[in-house]
Amino acid sequence: MERYEIRLSGSGGQGLILAGKILAEAVAIYDRRNAVQTQSYGPEARGGASRAEVVISDGEIDYPKAMRLDLLLSLTQVSCTKYAGDLKKDGILIVDSEAVTEIPQGDFKVYRTPIMEIAVEQVGKAVVANIVALGIMTAISGVVSEESMEKAILARVPKGTEELNMKAFRMGLETGRSLVAG
Amino acid sequence: MPDRYAGRTMMMQGNQACAEGAMAAGCRFFAGYPITPSSEIAEWLALRFPEVGGKFIQMEDEIGAMGAVIGASLTGVKAMTATSGPGFSLKQENIGYAAMAEVPCVVVDVQRGGPSTGMPTLPSQMDVQQARWGAHGDHGVIALTASSAQETFEQTIRAFNLAETYMMPVLLLLDEIVGHTTERIVIPDWDTVERIDRKQPEVPPDEYLPYRCPEGLIPVLANFGTGYRYNITGLCHNETGFPTNNKQENESLVIRLTEKIVAHRNEIIRLKRMMLDDADIVIFAYGTVARSARQAVMECREQGIKAGLLEATVLWPFPTEEVYALAGSVNAFVVPELNLGQMAREVELAVRCAAPVHRLNRVDGDPITPLQILDAVKEVV
Amino acid sequence: MFDYLTYVREGNFPHIWCSGCGHGIVLKSFIRAIDKLGIHRDEAVMVSGIGCSSRTAGYVDINTLHTTHGRAIAFATGVKFANPKLHVIVVTGDGDATAIGGNHYIHAARRNIDLTVLIYNNYIYGMTGGQVSPTTPRGARASTSPFGNIEPPFNISGLASAAGASFVARGDVYHAQKLEKLITQAIQKKGFSVVEVLSPCPTAYGRRNRMASPVTLMEWLRDNCIPVKKYEKMSEEERSGKIRTGVLIDIEKPEFTEEYRKLVDSMQVRG
Repeated sequence: MERYEIRLSGSGGQGLILAGKILAEAVAIYDRRNAVQTQSYGPEARGGASRAEVVISDGEIDYPKAMRLDLLLSLTQVSCTKYAGDLKKDGILIVDSEAVTEIPQGDFKVYRTPIMEIAVEQVGKAVVANIVALGIMTAISGVVSEESMEKAILARVPKGTEELNMKAFRMGLETGRSLVAG
Repeated sequence: MPDRYAGRTMMMQGNQACAEGAMAAGCRFFAGYPITPSSEIAEWLALRFPEVGGKFIQMEDEIGAMGAVIGASLTGVKAMTATSGPGFSLKQENIGYAAMAEVPCVVVDVQRGGPSTGMPTLPSQMDVQQARWGAHGDHGVIALTASSAQETFEQTIRAFNLAETYMMPVLLLLDEIVGHTTERIVIPDWDTVERIDRKQPEVPPDEYLPYRCPEGLIPVLANFGTGYRYNITGLCHNETGFPTNNKQENESLVIRLTEKIVAHRNEIIRLKRMMLDDADIVIFAYGTVARSARQAVMECREQGIKAGLLEATVLWPFPTEEVYALAGSVNAFVVPELNLGQMAREVELAVRCAAPVHRLNRVDGDPITPLQILDAVKEVV
Repeated sequence: MFDYLTYVREGNFPHIWCSGCGHGIVLKSFIRAIDKLGIHRDEAVMVSGIGCSSRTAGYVDINTLHTTHGRAIAFATGVKFANPKLHVIVVTGDGDATAIGGNHYIHAARRNIDLTVLIYNNYIYGMTGGQVSPTTPRGARASTSPFGNIEPPFNISGLASAAGASFVARGDVYHAQKLEKLITQAIQKKGFSVVEVLSPCPTAYGRRNRMASPVTLMEWLRDNCIPVKKYEKMSEEERSGKIRTGVLIDIEKPEFTEEYRKLVDSMQVRG
């Protein structure tokens, strides 16, 4: 496969960098393909813009950052407005529908779903919104296997939170599948 | 008992890979001070060192951290510190001391944008000349760099081996992208890692002179506490280790500190060559930018442009002769870097006007992309 | 007759100190202290900074490390932490320890790392030609306070006490036997130990402050250094201008290298 480029964007404290690491680990360790994860963040620990990128390829990944996105996740309006233009033709844009109300014009597919709300109301904790998002991205992109994602999530999340995170991931998968089914 | 990561394939940040490389090299002492984007090196060692009996201390400031590293090294332990631009500036005082007193240690600088506090979370390569000339006075410098997590692991080991071989501080210049990029690395079994330990005296204490240099240019410093009592100073000293005012002794020391690197340059310098045999255009790159350059070379070739890459993994001593050797047979050099031309200067000096040297510089905190390099090469063609 | 020659590097004498300087008396007291404690010369490390005091390291036949200005305590922290079996003694001056090295000084005290720090306090930067230091008394003249010092001085011992040192003493070179005892106690103490030693500088300080004669300076120490016990019995009025000497702080508290060893041990047990 040629490069597949993903950007997870939102604000600091939403767990996007961890989500990026989990995704990269699922691909590079469990699916045994190449993946590189980079990040860009402001000086603040909470708030401020935050983004993680994952580049996936079957070949060597030299330049580690994304150039033309295959998939963009946006959890804030600001990040969506800023990055939607980086999407490839026919790329995928996934947004939190509560946070992002204006979608910029472009040649890409848009999936809207209330990610934060799903985390709070259906899983029970806002903090797992990043894992819900991973489930959605896994189902929509098909770029990583579900089993590998599960292993990678279990390897990275704090002890005692495995069940909660698995629930979040499965909820995300279901949401993603129904979005694809339309 | 083998270490818990030995033999494993893992996803790691460059900064963690640096810490793991240090451990694999036998480093058992770290003194540091928190600074973005290098702090993960300290954090990882604070977590890992107690498992292997290593010593970790967060000092009161950058200067103190460098001092503690030198003090620790004199007891025979391999010691390291890590920092970024502002801390690298503060450490220069004692880096100079380690160069003068010939104390082996490793200093990692995960470069961020400068000058001053600059761009704390964004990458740069703005410290490469400071690495060479940051500490006052004339002395040789070894500075390595790396472009990936795996290479960071390997270069950290090499930094220790060079420090122990040449008895001096060795600098490892990373940047924010390499430090914070998570990618797959394979950690070898520690027993299979080549480790060099500094020599110890072969003569009895009453015949021992610390700076005599039995093999020519490199002194043999006995570990403190082993029965060889001697003096170490940052003042000009003779082979006894005591300060001197003798002009000849002053001169021979200062010259030797430079000469020990010049004489061993061939053993120290390492270059990676990509498609240079028939190249019309040579891209000279290092660190994170070399990754973009590799991709740019492939794209140039696809478009029929004969470009090649000369990638330096050792920045100091600079590969002057190797660059000059290419100058006669190529049309031009392109030097992309995340500063305003710091190493392009060295390339120009090396080329001695035998070929034009084109600069591609970026200092806004974003990396140089393969496309930018491709465009720069096309412009030259 | 005490055999000083065992402990000194005879070839490095005569020393660089001026006649009338008190620093040689500190050197002598230190040598007698390690002899009394039976510390082997191979197991002792002297770390010094920059200045007249720091040249002491060159004269003692132990492991010696002459470092950069103000940084002796930082280097010593590395030596001691890397090899806690070594006895690590720092020799430094008032400017070296409390101006350029002030941060290392207070943090080593806070950390309570097992170092012995001998601070030669002569109220002046002697080696660089008599500039004002953090301990120069208010009103005193120095080459950089030609009209009299307008800044208040640091209290070196008080600084260490407040920062958390487990042993703090003040002595002077006139009361040499007492000084030897204080240095002995400081080396014995497990933890950060400071001995502030008042040592006169006739050349750079005395000459500018109407005490050019070394004898005058020694008499000044004799008359103004008052042992703690006696000082405590004195009235506020009698204390004026007097300097309290002896052991000022001697407390037990966790020592840094010991605490780290415990941490490592607990990891091995769990691991």
